[in-house]
Amino acid sequence: MPPDSAHAATQAGFHAALWRPDPPQGLTAPAPDEVSRRFAVYRNNVHHSLSRALAAHFPVVAALVGPAFLTAMARVFIAEAPPASPVLQDWGAAFPGFLDRFPPVAHLPWLGDVARLEWARGRAVHAADAPAASADLLGVPDPEVLRLRLHASVALYRSDHPAVSIWRAHQPGAARGPLPPGPEHALVGRQPDFTVVVAPVDVGTHAVLSALARGETLARAAEHADPTIALTLLLRHGLITAPLTGDTP
Amino acid sequence: MPSLPVTTGLGFKPEHFRDIAAAPGAVGFYEVHAENFMGDGGAPHAMLAHLHAGHALSIHGVGLSIGGAGPLDADHLARLRRLIDRHRPESFSEHLAWSSHGAAWLNDLLPLPYTTGTLATVCAHVDAVQQALGLRMLLENPATYVTFAASTWAETDFLAEVVRRTGCGLLLDVNNVFVSATNHRFDPRAYLAAFPLEAVGEIHLAGHDTEELPSGPLLIDSHGRAVADPVWSLYAEVLSRIGPRPTLIEWDSDVPPFAVLRAEADRARALLETRGRADAA
Repeated sequence: MPPDSAHAATQAGFHAALWRPDPPQGLTAPAPDEVSRRFAVYRNNVHHSLSRALAAHFPVVAALVGPAFLTAMARVFIAEAPPASPVLQDWGAAFPGFLDRFPPVAHLPWLGDVARLEWARGRAVHAADAPAASADLLGVPDPEVLRLRLHASVALYRSDHPAVSIWRAHQPGAARGPLPPGPEHALVGRQPDFTVVVAPVDVGTHAVLSALARGETLARAAEHADPTIALTLLLRHGLITAPLTGDTP
Repeated sequence: MPSLPVTTGLGFKPEHFRDIAAAPGAVGFYEVHAENFMGDGGAPHAMLAHLHAGHALSIHGVGLSIGGAGPLDADHLARLRRLIDRHRPESFSEHLAWSSHGAAWLNDLLPLPYTTGTLATVCAHVDAVQQALGLRMLLENPATYVTFAASTWAETDFLAEVVRRTGCGLLLDVNNVFVSATNHRFDPRAYLAAFPLEAVGEIHLAGHDTEELPSGPLLIDSHGRAVADPVWSLYAEVLSRIGPRPTLIEWDSDVPPFAVLRAEADRARALLETRGRADAA
């Protein structure tokens, strides 16, 4: 079927007017001078619904900058990187990088990293399901060959800034103390009860976890640091889905 | 595909999950927006499976842009297919609207002119959806704030022709009828008299907001409050004409406690059980 070029042109005009002050040509209303106010409903719906979605994905960033600023900033971001699909949970990967270079938030150099942590949490919420392996499966195998399959929600997080502490200070009921200096590291993953955990870890444990997540053997991972804390965290939060003793991860 | 039970349903809000689990059978079905359940796993799918174990399920898409000039998004259609294969809902519905342009998704249901050209496009899209998903879909009438000088078809005639050509069913949103009628200064009863009611597989009821323009009210389809009295009246009249139909209460912003939604559904059920069955024959 040939595309309907007249309708395509109508849509192009309608879309362009969402980002401009005047309504598109070709619209009517009982009182024609009210077309502009009526069209504004669509413009507001598009901007406000996307702005709300962004704030829902990045609630701590939204709290840090405040709702009025978030709405204004969202408008710039939406024009630059609108959602590429109707699945809004997949929208926002570019927001941390946008924050890194958006001049009005240059005085908050850690804001992009806070957004990266929130993005990792959002990814973890929707990651594929897999049952946690039981701890005794890990007891016997030789660390020289033991590799771990980690849950799809696992992300290893690092910031030059105290972004994990800033994020934690904005969780319900959190006490706010003086911020440590960066860098900070954390393990992000979804527990079997579906809650997403953000566990701060030291740099050595971060290296062990990163090596395990890359599919290296436990023996190789342990070259970075004592792996006890890493293994304990993974088991406590149900983030090992299978021990693997073959040669390939 | 099996069909929705002829009773009331509610739009599912994850914050109500515990209340719903504690009140099984409060309504006969739940409806979800397809696009909120397109991740690989996690709580959303687990909640949906749990809901569906005790109730019928309606999957309501907002992302296909059936009213857009361009081709349907094949990736999105494939996502819908996976979702439907995974959860096997009793109903799938979408909108007479467009919502993406080029590579950008706009997250709103935008209006289209009703012309012979857009009719052909919409019918081709509905055919493609029904073929790809292997089901008979329901198409929902929109709430609109503007009309197009280029339109040559009445909305009701347009919808009737889509039904005739594609065999799809319709989702009659009575609030949308009232919102559009008020906004465009026509009689909602005349619209309903011309609407192909025999194709209605589900009814939606929702609340709206009101702005005042110099020429009169402009109603906004906000889904953020209780169903308005004139909408209840129109709903009762529709039931009197066509008998009971699966009826959903939509409430998507400023979502109240579950008990408030349940009371709205109970009000609809009372009408379903009296007006619907007594008057229609």
